[in-house]
Amino acid sequence: MIPNTFEYKRAGSVEEAIGMLGGDAQILGGGHSLIPALKLRLNAPGALVDISKITSLQSINDNEKSITVGAGVTHAAIASDAVLAEHCPMMGQAACEIGDIQVRNMGTIGGSIAHADPAADWPAVLLATDANVIIQSSGGKRTVDIDQFFKGFYETALEEGEIITSISIPKTAFNRHSTYVKFKQPASRFALVGCAAAVEMDGGIVKSARIGLTGVAESAYRPMSVESALTGKPLNAETIDAAVQNVTEGVSVMSDHYASEKYRTHLAHVFVKRALKNLI
Amino acid sequence: MANKISITVNGKMHTAEVEARTLLVDFIREHLSLTGTHIGCDTSSCGACTIHMDGKAIKSCTVLAVQADGSELTTVEGLSKNGELHPMQEGFREEHGLQCGFCTPGMMMAATDLLKRNPSPSEHEIREALEGNFCRCTGYHNIVKSIQYAAGKMNGATA
Amino acid sequence: MTKYIGKSVKRLEDKRFITGQGKYTDDIKLNNMAYAYILRSPYANAKVNSIDTDAAKAMDGVAAVFTGADVPESIAGVPCGWQVNFKNGDTMKEPPHPLMVRTKVRHVGDAIAIVIADSKAIAKDASELINVDYDILDAVTDPKAAAQPGAPLVHEDVPNNICFDWEIGNPKDEVEAALASAAHVTELEFVNQRVVPNAIEPRSAIGEYDTAYDRYTLHTSTQNPHLTRLLLCAFVLGLPEHKVRVVGPDVGGGFGSKIFHYTEEALVVYFSKIVGRPIKWTAERSESFLTDAHGRDHVSHAKMGFDADGKMVALQAYTYANMGAYLSTFAPAVPTYLHGTLFQGLYTTPKINVDVTATFTHTNAVDAYRGAGRPEATYLIERLIDLAALEMNMDPAELRMKNFIPAFDGVEKEGYVTQVALQYDSGNYEPVLNRALEMIGYEDFRAKQAAQNNGKLLGIGFSTYIEACGIAPSAVVGALGARAGLFESAQVTVQPTGKVSVYTGSHSHGQGHETTFAQVVADKLGIDIGDIEIIHGDSDRVAFGMGTYGSRSLAVGGSAIVKSIDKVLEKGAKIAAHLLEASPDDLNYEDGKWTVKGTDKSVGFGDVSLTSYVPHNYPEGLEPGLDFSSFYDPTNFTYPFGAHVAIVEIDKETGKVELKRFIAVDDVGNVINPMIVDGQIHGGLAQGIGQALHEGTVYDETGQLINGTYMDYCMPRADDLPSFEIDRTVTPCPHNPLGVKGAGEAGCIGSTPAVVNAVIDALWKAGHKVKDIQMPMTSERVWNAMNAG
Repeated sequence: MIPNTFEYKRAGSVEEAIGMLGGDAQILGGGHSLIPALKLRLNAPGALVDISKITSLQSINDNEKSITVGAGVTHAAIASDAVLAEHCPMMGQAACEIGDIQVRNMGTIGGSIAHADPAADWPAVLLATDANVIIQSSGGKRTVDIDQFFKGFYETALEEGEIITSISIPKTAFNRHSTYVKFKQPASRFALVGCAAAVEMDGGIVKSARIGLTGVAESAYRPMSVESALTGKPLNAETIDAAVQNVTEGVSVMSDHYASEKYRTHLAHVFVKRALKNLI
Repeated sequence: MANKISITVNGKMHTAEVEARTLLVDFIREHLSLTGTHIGCDTSSCGACTIHMDGKAIKSCTVLAVQADGSELTTVEGLSKNGELHPMQEGFREEHGLQCGFCTPGMMMAATDLLKRNPSPSEHEIREALEGNFCRCTGYHNIVKSIQYAAGKMNGATA
Repeated sequence: MTKYIGKSVKRLEDKRFITGQGKYTDDIKLNNMAYAYILRSPYANAKVNSIDTDAAKAMDGVAAVFTGADVPESIAGVPCGWQVNFKNGDTMKEPPHPLMVRTKVRHVGDAIAIVIADSKAIAKDASELINVDYDILDAVTDPKAAAQPGAPLVHEDVPNNICFDWEIGNPKDEVEAALASAAHVTELEFVNQRVVPNAIEPRSAIGEYDTAYDRYTLHTSTQNPHLTRLLLCAFVLGLPEHKVRVVGPDVGGGFGSKIFHYTEEALVVYFSKIVGRPIKWTAERSESFLTDAHGRDHVSHAKMGFDADGKMVALQAYTYANMGAYLSTFAPAVPTYLHGTLFQGLYTTPKINVDVTATFTHTNAVDAYRGAGRPEATYLIERLIDLAALEMNMDPAELRMKNFIPAFDGVEKEGYVTQVALQYDSGNYEPVLNRALEMIGYEDFRAKQAAQNNGKLLGIGFSTYIEACGIAPSAVVGALGARAGLFESAQVTVQPTGKVSVYTGSHSHGQGHETTFAQVVADKLGIDIGDIEIIHGDSDRVAFGMGTYGSRSLAVGGSAIVKSIDKVLEKGAKIAAHLLEASPDDLNYEDGKWTVKGTDKSVGFGDVSLTSYVPHNYPEGLEPGLDFSSFYDPTNFTYPFGAHVAIVEIDKETGKVELKRFIAVDDVGNVINPMIVDGQIHGGLAQGIGQALHEGTVYDETGQLINGTYMDYCMPRADDLPSFEIDRTVTPCPHNPLGVKGAGEAGCIGSTPAVVNAVIDALWKAGHKVKDIQMPMTSERVWNAMNAG
């Protein structure tokens, strides 16, 4: 397995990396989404801009109202981060479920969401966190609401010449009370269904809920009907069962030899329920 | 186009010119002739190519040699020191943790990484930590025992 | 005098593997070596109109590009080593398997062109410049569908894609009559799906031609270098065998898939002379999925009849067996003589008939994979008996006990003659099942199952199997269609200093021969195990061999070693007698020395060996030297057996099956190294369990293998399996000198039906009376079964 030829450029800073983009250059982060595709020759960029040595992208910062996770932070680093564990436990839970330890040691959160695999874990989790994606280009910085970031099958709001620099996770009550559950495709261990759920409780009543689902449709999504059905109700087996009736409403459910549309739909119900029941 | 890289492997610095597309595993096997690191798949799945890069287990089939420029690598050939087997190597021999031997280097590199993070793993933790490594010969039964042996030996040594 | 035999001696070969010094074919680098990449067909069935290689040839660093047109017509392709005849006596259909296609591709992965270049990267880059014009045709992948009228033909001259039809056992009308009068008949239609062997070392081959000696060398990842050499020389390239050396260096697992002689081996040898450089080819994993011979792939329909007491009265089985597009080396033997002959199982069934139709399809070849035919037979029998127990509301263990063949040791009580052409050597079946029941705590299990209340269904499944190993008596297999003998050879060379070099035709690729064989030699000669080296895998060092498969190495190869040792000791005794001035008959050999009975006069093994090479004071007329070769041809197969039990839990909401416990009690005859035998069992179990729960090819309607990577084809991982609970009984083989039966395949043969039976049991006990769930039992399939109707 050998990729096609390409030029390699190592960037020392985000600004330098942006300057190196253009033409058919692509960004190389941890490489764990890109290099497999290069090896299979499914992707053949003319140049790779390696951002993995840019230290400013590799930290997790504890701010007053948010936690900023650098795009170059590895899954392994997220899995063992104490601040995230306290303020957003589903992040660490999801990180542990990605690939295997070798993959987690190299793969990065920024690389994963830029790739936007429909069965990847981060998209579901970040949708549930109400994160912002911080993006930089030669034109400056912009912030994209996570709800506007995932556009479809391997498609995001990222435009040419742009680099994800960080993801900002708000310190909210719902993120503190969150969970991630996953039913793995047995071979790849990507999600057949992955569900992230974050619920803010107020006096035994759901004040707000955010849920992210991956593996189910062409892109991760929030089952809004479930979120709204729970709001204002107590969180218990009956309310959850009642709320999850239309988990796949409005999306086109995927089908493959591990899970037909019917079965995947069923799993989506089961795993949204399991995630929510974890939070009772 | 050639890229100049300097990589320290098993304590020895190597400088070479490589194509950008050269995978780290090919660099290790072809340029350095360290053939203990194996290639078993195309999809970052099997773990036969597992080595340590800057102290962490990685799959060298999914890293470009140029990405490893400036790094310190340990391969299976660097596991034993001064002619003495590493406790993990000893464990694999004592507990019959290998048959054909092809997955073994990657398996041991993943396992030593585990024990660094978790010196006394349970059977469940060992099995989970090996999810990135395939073995087709042993059914993993004796690999688990081998790692338990190594853990016991290493804990005994540090206690 | 067993210092080593029966002991878990740590493996002597391990050091090189654990230090990264194992030498697999792809690790070998030869001077001026070129690298090959093989361009393969992306279509399952297509006419090849043209292949344009000009641009590829013109690329810098490309040494040559060849297509099927560059292979002389005289080289028809790789041969099949086993002939099965149609029921009417006609010879099976045996279309050629060309090294590269000329006009038609017949499966995805069929070779179109070989690019030979300075690096593997250049070879692959150049392959992308080859232009092939195809007319794509319809394909068929299912072995039963292939035999139906109107199915697309794989070979124009093979009507209905039928390679052969075949049957064995009692006349069908007798079996049908017995079924008609049975009190209960259990009937099942099912698929024993195609699986991919997936040795972790991908296949690799290096061809080299030496102009100085006019000699070829092939390094290849093979389980049997000598057979590869024979086929390559005599049947493919027409080379003189003494001018070809085949080396199987360290080999990273085989499981059957590296028995066979593959086209790539012939290509690198043939073109190495033309190109004037050594050529290395190593498969990428996706190529392994497309071209390593696959296993299983049967579509079956069977009936098992019982009388009112639960005694089996008849068994009828019909099977369609997939051969793939071309006949691989042993393919026809697998669904016939390694399958149909096993339908007696452990039971006294008086009427049995097995009917097999082998078909060609537009898929990669199917051949022997760990167990080879025996797992398929076991699966059918053991699924039926467990299902019958459920249907008749009987205990599955009791039903088996009721039908077991009574114990026989093959000495006092002669071997059991089956309805399907075999005579079992020795067997004692109740103890293995009893021991397994004890290990499970079966007495309490059913109550626990009924009380289960954790959202999961609990199930238990049994499998009591027999296999035919120690393959095989040459005359017998010759009569059955084998085009080769299946003996083994061994040379024992005692060096002047008393050190011993043993050259065996068996090939170790994980089995630990370098240790087990040395244990046998050390004990027989009474010397230290460190004074012995086991040499294998090189046709220039080992005179001849038949290789390793069919759990044969110790039973056949080990017996050949014993024969040579006996010759060494016999000659050694003559020399010792001369030195001791006694008669050979008055000597005892023990602890490495010959002693005159009743005295303390003795002479050591090393003194005798030295004397044999420095024969100054030496028996008159005796040849110098201490070096013997032997060939051992067994008189029968060996018949290991055992009882396997699986306990599963099924998540009611998702259908996910979790294997909670797996108990295996096997009887493989005498055991030389318990640690190694246990390891063989463990590995077999994982593969058998893998077939039940995880593995299986998926083809689409165009013949594409849609799960041809590890991201799609589920290989069992460490966290998919529990630690195994194993034990054994010992019923020695009565017909080989070591009393051993073979352990390589047992785990893989017994385990698959146990797991499926456990899932069926769990569902049945929960009120879902399903008869079958297609393997692999994915969560969705189990969930569907729970939610059907």
